Amino acid sequence: MEKKRYERPHLVKLDTGMPSKAGLRGDSPATTRIDGVQVKELIAKFGSPLFVMSEQTIRSTYQKAFKAFSTRYPKVQFAWSYKTNYLPAVCNVFHQEGSWAEVVSGFEYDKALANGIDPGKIIFNGPGKSAEELKKAAENGSLIHIDHLDELYLLTDLAGEMKRKPLVAIRVNMDTGIYPMWDRFGFNYENGQAWDALNKIMLAGKLELVGLHTHIGTFIMSATPYAVAASKLADLALGLQQKFNHNIRYIDMGGGFASKNTLKGSYLPGADTNPSFDDYAEAITTALVNSGFKPESLPLLILETGRALIDEAGYIITSVIANKRLSTGRRATVIDAGVNLLFTSFWYEHPVTPAQGFSQYREENTLYGPLCMNIDCVRDSINLPLLNKGDSLVIHYTGAYNLTQWMQFITLRPNVVMIDREGNTHLIRESESVNVISGLEKTPDYLKHVK
Amino acid sequence: MKINENLAISESGFLFNPSTGESFTVNPIGAEIIEKLKVGKSEEEILNELHDTYEIDKKSLQKDLLDFNQILKQYQLLEQDEETSN
Amino acid sequence: MKKPVINIGVTGLNAIDSPGPGVAVIRGLREAGSFDIRIIGFAYESLEPGIYMHDLVDRTYQIPYPSTGTDALLSRLEYIHSREKLDVIIPNFDAELYSFMKLESKLLQMGIHMFLPTMEQFEERHKVNLSEFGKKYGIDVPLGKAIFDSSEIFDLQKDFDFPLMVKGKWYDAYIAYNMEQARTYFNKISAKWGLPVVLQRYVHGTEYNVTGLGDGKGNTIAAVPMRKQFITDKGKAWAGISIDDKKLLSITQKFISATKWKGAFELEMMKSNDNKYYLMEINPRIPAWVYLAVGVGQNIPEALTNLAMGNEVAPFESYEVGKLFIRYSYDMIVDRSEFEKISMNGEL
Repeated sequence: MEKKRYERPHLVKLDTGMPSKAGLRGDSPATTRIDGVQVKELIAKFGSPLFVMSEQTIRSTYQKAFKAFSTRYPKVQFAWSYKTNYLPAVCNVFHQEGSWAEVVSGFEYDKALANGIDPGKIIFNGPGKSAEELKKAAENGSLIHIDHLDELYLLTDLAGEMKRKPLVAIRVNMDTGIYPMWDRFGFNYENGQAWDALNKIMLAGKLELVGLHTHIGTFIMSATPYAVAASKLADLALGLQQKFNHNIRYIDMGGGFASKNTLKGSYLPGADTNPSFDDYAEAITTALVNSGFKPESLPLLILETGRALIDEAGYIITSVIANKRLSTGRRATVIDAGVNLLFTSFWYEHPVTPAQGFSQYREENTLYGPLCMNIDCVRDSINLPLLNKGDSLVIHYTGAYNLTQWMQFITLRPNVVMIDREGNTHLIRESESVNVISGLEKTPDYLKHVK
Repeated sequence: MKINENLAISESGFLFNPSTGESFTVNPIGAEIIEKLKVGKSEEEILNELHDTYEIDKKSLQKDLLDFNQILKQYQLLEQDEETSN
Repeated sequence: MKKPVINIGVTGLNAIDSPGPGVAVIRGLREAGSFDIRIIGFAYESLEPGIYMHDLVDRTYQIPYPSTGTDALLSRLEYIHSREKLDVIIPNFDAELYSFMKLESKLLQMGIHMFLPTMEQFEERHKVNLSEFGKKYGIDVPLGKAIFDSSEIFDLQKDFDFPLMVKGKWYDAYIAYNMEQARTYFNKISAKWGLPVVLQRYVHGTEYNVTGLGDGKGNTIAAVPMRKQFITDKGKAWAGISIDDKKLLSITQKFISATKWKGAFELEMMKSNDNKYYLMEINPRIPAWVYLAVGVGQNIPEALTNLAMGNEVAPFESYEVGKLFIRYSYDMIVDRSEFEKISMNGEL
């Protein structure tokens, strides 16, 4: 006789406040496939945990964003924010779509060059560029965004020895009505620092001022601050026009658009409340179009959107290691992906769905990662079906920052695959081996023996 | 250990404890276990019967049964035997 | 002529000591002269009393909490619609309005009508934006400021005298009599409801409330002012009386015509000791005491339903002054099987 499908015995007290199974109908259906590929198959082939990037989602998200801006403004250019996800395969999907590169370190700069992007299409941001890095970028004709006066002086000095005039912009910080105000990067608008820096550049004549840049913050949940920021940059640009008869080529609005993720402590899910590309585009382009630029001298609008372009394209497939019950009677599940791989779970309530069918019974659960570390908690509280050891889960919206900020803490990092538009799976970063880590370690002779 | 005999379980899995007024929801296998407990089956018997019926290894089943028992105790649906409680 | 039958979904069936407006709304709809109705209750919790009032509610479905997201809500509504053919939905909770507003066009495509404020109206009347709102529309509001850091209280001392109100973004309000209290309340509220926290000048005086209905074109369809007679320890009116106050009505009309308010609302007003009126808060929905308006001749739920259905609605011209509402509690006897059904199947 064939045996019946097993489900753990489950009993839960009915509280009036507790949503019944009906109340949750429609909530988190199983994710048995990603872009048509079976999750089960992915695990069998590449192991668990596993990072999965969807090429289709990257491209369609990019196209949606580009369309939102390009239908409202004549000259639009995106620059892919490397720090958000700098796997070459991912970067090159963006480059194929037409994105430039936006880098914030020499390491990222070299990665962009290695990806084959034209150096003239690399924007070099960040507060920590070395003299060598500045020199290399300047001679390559990359766009250098100056962060502070020390960098301005250094670059002005270096310019003397160069054959080519460095192409520069300054980063401007400002009050856009949001809290906290990011004032540690760039030159302040309100107190005149920014205008002062622009005057220094123009009067010294060693650098070619091509743009103005701002980056007002991260995960900005309202479009209005961008309108304020765009007007303030436009003011600076018009000031330059008036005083020096100098037209800048571009205004770079940075990034900071929110993805669909839900910030911890939010009542409503981010997918409902966070502004759309259209909302951001409307705010920014309206401010620019309504500013004092003559129609023929409207600057190129550059956007360094990272998170909102990639978060939804990333998944982590993970498996249940163990089920436990905490001292309070609360159910806890240990999974094989923790905060080492999912750094962003410190801020977001990532959606988590089961990767196989399930009955209507659910329980409140705490999801812990596998690390021997108390803060390794992926979700404090989530309603999930009754999971057995070995079952799989899919964690959503994980494409941004996790593949650059992940930690090599007590274990090795897993495979990363990309599913292309035909449903083929490609390994885009191999799982680490002990040698990758230990090979760099050196032990002095006298410490080689423990006896 | 003894299950509270007055427990009423409906087909939908709604469980009512008349002595405390509390209501619970229980899944089919949970209801099956409670019915078996009501007719006085031992834990060993229940383990074997369920193992014969469901697609599950015995160790995992034993672990889940233990956990289920704890829940029943926590909600005072299981009563301690007179002798053992002394 | 036979009256049309309209299927109306109504939330807020929690007619408890701090009641949701649903049951009062349904009583108004039951008394409507212009149509007949079937009421489909939407409940979040299985003990909301309205679920069990079968003379008022024909059938109830549980719906997911707003925090679950609009996708889950939409799929639940699609399911309910497939069985009940909803014509109108009247959401009655602050916390759910955003989700229903987001779904407005999708629901309309399904043939389900609502009559809600626009997203812009909903946002700009928010507590955090009330000062701007007052300036924009020329309506007196108590001086207020949204702050993000407790140190800002110190900087604001020159504008605010003590006592002052310290209010949370969503709920909670305290009166602070000195700096230390203000900081304590700031910390307490920000821990619970997040930032910003709103500081508001305290107005000494008497509270009045107005419920009304705007047609979205600037016309006042209904407006009934009320003074609370007795307040429960939760701060909810348990008795109130309709009053004749031309100034309150003219402020209400100004509010509607200036904002082109669409939908029902409640204004919380304070009449100061020197006879000035301040608008303290705007609730963008029907209040729980709406049955008083029905009882004095302005059936706001009926008018709102007609507006939602696209019918012409003539403004109410008058109401009876000096009528009281007195709230009471009532024990229903309910069989366990009903509780079981709503709990297990999410339907009753």
